[in-house]
Amino acid sequence: MTMLFKPVILWTDSLIYLLVIVVLAFVWHVRRNEHMLAPWRRVGHSASGMAALTVLVFFIAVGLLDTVHFRPAVENNDNGNSEKVYSVEVLSLLDIIAAPLRTRVEKTYSAPFAAHLYARETIELPDGGQIREFPRLQFGGAHLQNPEAQLTADVTWRAAAGAGLGVFVWCVLVILLSASLAHRDNVGVLYTLSAIRRGATEIPWNAVLVTLVLILSLLGAALALSVHYHILGTDKVGQDVFYQSLKSIRTGLVIGTLTTLMMLPFALLLGIMAGYFRGWVDDVIQYIYTTLSSIPGVLLIAAAVLMMQVYMETHPELFDTIAARADLRLLFLCIILGVTSWTGLCRLLRGETLKLREMEYIQAAHAFGVSHWRIISRHILPNVMHIVLIATVMDFSGLVLAEAVLSYVGVGVDPSTISFGTMINAARLEMAREPMVWWALLSAFGFMFALVLSANLFADAVQDAFNPRVRTWPVKAGKPYRRKRQEEDPETKPNAATAKDVISP
Amino acid sequence: MLNYIIRRMLYAIPILIGVNLITFTLFFVVNTPDDMARMQLGIKRVTPEAIEKWKHERGYDKPLIFSEAEQGAAKFTHTIFFEKSAAMFAFDFGQADDGRDIAYEIKARMLPSLAIALPVFLLGLVVYITFALVMAFFRATYVDFWGVVLCVALMSISSLFYIIGGQFLISKLWHLVPISGYGSGLDAGKFLVLPVIIGVISGAGASTRWYRTIFLEEMGKDYVRTARAKGLPESIVLFRHVLRNAMIPILTGAVVVIPLLFLGSLIAESFFGIPGLGSYTIDAINSQDFAVVRAMVFLGSLLYIIGLILTDISYTLVDPRIRLE
Repeated sequence: MTMLFKPVILWTDSLIYLLVIVVLAFVWHVRRNEHMLAPWRRVGHSASGMAALTVLVFFIAVGLLDTVHFRPAVENNDNGNSEKVYSVEVLSLLDIIAAPLRTRVEKTYSAPFAAHLYARETIELPDGGQIREFPRLQFGGAHLQNPEAQLTADVTWRAAAGAGLGVFVWCVLVILLSASLAHRDNVGVLYTLSAIRRGATEIPWNAVLVTLVLILSLLGAALALSVHYHILGTDKVGQDVFYQSLKSIRTGLVIGTLTTLMMLPFALLLGIMAGYFRGWVDDVIQYIYTTLSSIPGVLLIAAAVLMMQVYMETHPELFDTIAARADLRLLFLCIILGVTSWTGLCRLLRGETLKLREMEYIQAAHAFGVSHWRIISRHILPNVMHIVLIATVMDFSGLVLAEAVLSYVGVGVDPSTISFGTMINAARLEMAREPMVWWALLSAFGFMFALVLSANLFADAVQDAFNPRVRTWPVKAGKPYRRKRQEEDPETKPNAATAKDVISP
Repeated sequence: MLNYIIRRMLYAIPILIGVNLITFTLFFVVNTPDDMARMQLGIKRVTPEAIEKWKHERGYDKPLIFSEAEQGAAKFTHTIFFEKSAAMFAFDFGQADDGRDIAYEIKARMLPSLAIALPVFLLGLVVYITFALVMAFFRATYVDFWGVVLCVALMSISSLFYIIGGQFLISKLWHLVPISGYGSGLDAGKFLVLPVIIGVISGAGASTRWYRTIFLEEMGKDYVRTARAKGLPESIVLFRHVLRNAMIPILTGAVVVIPLLFLGSLIAESFFGIPGLGSYTIDAINSQDFAVVRAMVFLGSLLYIIGLILTDISYTLVDPRIRLE
């Protein structure tokens, strides 16, 4: 039997699949338990958190599309038999979807929406003379007869058409959403629509929908334009910068999530053990994490990555393709970041466990002769999970930012892996060029900013919901909290007026 | 007090030994000196003689921890562990690949590093605390809300962007200060303005928000309510009561980094061409100079541990409730 492709599961792919399964199982578990659902409801009430989540969902979708890897079959005409040969190039679903972006490589730099190269070239005229001019691009704006006159109109028209399509899809989604909400609450669709508009729904759908219409119209315009133009320009070797930005998303997500996955076993096991058993176990574990955390993070990472480079140079048998090599390096980077960053969470978990083990219900469990393992897994673990969750979401954005810095320092991802760090690293020297090449840098920073900002906002929503003692956002500050204030009317909370002056800590 | 400090210093020794063991394992056990030699000389077409020569030049041709061939104490002293790892306790870091003495280089490069890191630290502390106090004073108003929004936005921008953007705007577009470089004496001033400003801005988001949280937590406490109930004006409450008590958590975070200021900043120094320890480390990483990286790891941990001790001491100075016993 012949197949059109041969599936490839890289190391990070399998871990991402594992992570998806864990998240789905967690969601399923939370939905069945009201007490676990309650804080998530509070997350759902945060307008900024839900808007951020909407953006994150799009990033995650791109990242997941870029995770399904395979090797396409290539025709083998050499010996006439029908045996399929698979390409050595590992592609992902995203590569297939974005094939126009990936394959249409120009000669060198071109600005966003340009129809000409960014540098003059000497061109031989048919009559033997030479002129120096900006040559036309092979693909960008190639359908235009006279770019100078047509470009602006063409770009505007296509952008409007794409954005219009995005808005149309959004309208369909709005109708579907309000219909389903109306069906659930047994009220009219128009009533639901106006409730959403006023922000009177339980989940702030208005914030979600405003974010969604922005994303969809931008996405529509970008898709419509990117078929005919390089909307973010091309880099030194003529690769489309928009495509590189999309590919960078997966790298950022992998570093932000898999690192946490790597450090969790250490932090959970050691932190709980130290707090629960105390005595010499505590001393040993404290010694280990004090020692590790006393080495400045970047230096430890640099030392470990240097050694990993040596190890991978001397053990080429670990990987068979370039993609596998780059992937292994990404995995090692996640492991190294995990090993260097588990100490903070471990310390928090130890402290919390020390507190918990003195609680009456755990004393009671001891008295009943419940085994240590069972006490830890049934009574302690569920009660420290909120700390783990908060730490996970808080760490994510920091790790995405760290990747860029590490790649600059030279201890980041493999140079062949497209990431925000490698993009910035490649583009930073172009700032010194005359005329300046700014688009690659700005695209990398822009995408990274969107990802990190939405992750930060979502993390704040999670933090506020799970740990209400620490308020990261002002509570009664004007407009964004109008909905919340209506809920907390003086009649339901008689003390609200007297406590007006004292901010909740 | 003296007793306590001495005891804390004794505690630091096992941690430094642990750091030393970690770096030893990383640099000599995970990869043998042969691997490193092959990596540096190029994987292909490297002769065993070349490897031996490379190892001999760096003193890596000895046994790892125990030497069978030697007699007496030399069994332990003529080893890589003793000569390369244990010697670091005597600040003998050996030579870099370019033949220079690492300890000498470190001494020479500490000052330029400090010249950026110290102003960034001090100016940052003043600026962040001021903004956090303003936000805390106007808590639960639009000032506070948009202040936090600004902080989150600033936090979400990569530090590389601040550097590249700042260099572009201030040096390339406006020609206010040189884009990079370093001079000696007062001449260094014009080179330091830009890195210091950028350093302060890039840390602003996270720190200001953190200090604001500390102030608000302090303001929710009973003594603040009492002070207000006495009829004290808000400014006195804020400066005399809240600020002084909030200094305790702020100091914990600040004092611990003071010794690390000597290490400088990796990326800022290399972007601005300042010959400090940060750019020294980056150059070592890029040229795979393992000896320098090892020395910097040891030095970094040493400074961090000193920072921890200083933190504990500063506690007693600002908070008379704490007794060091």
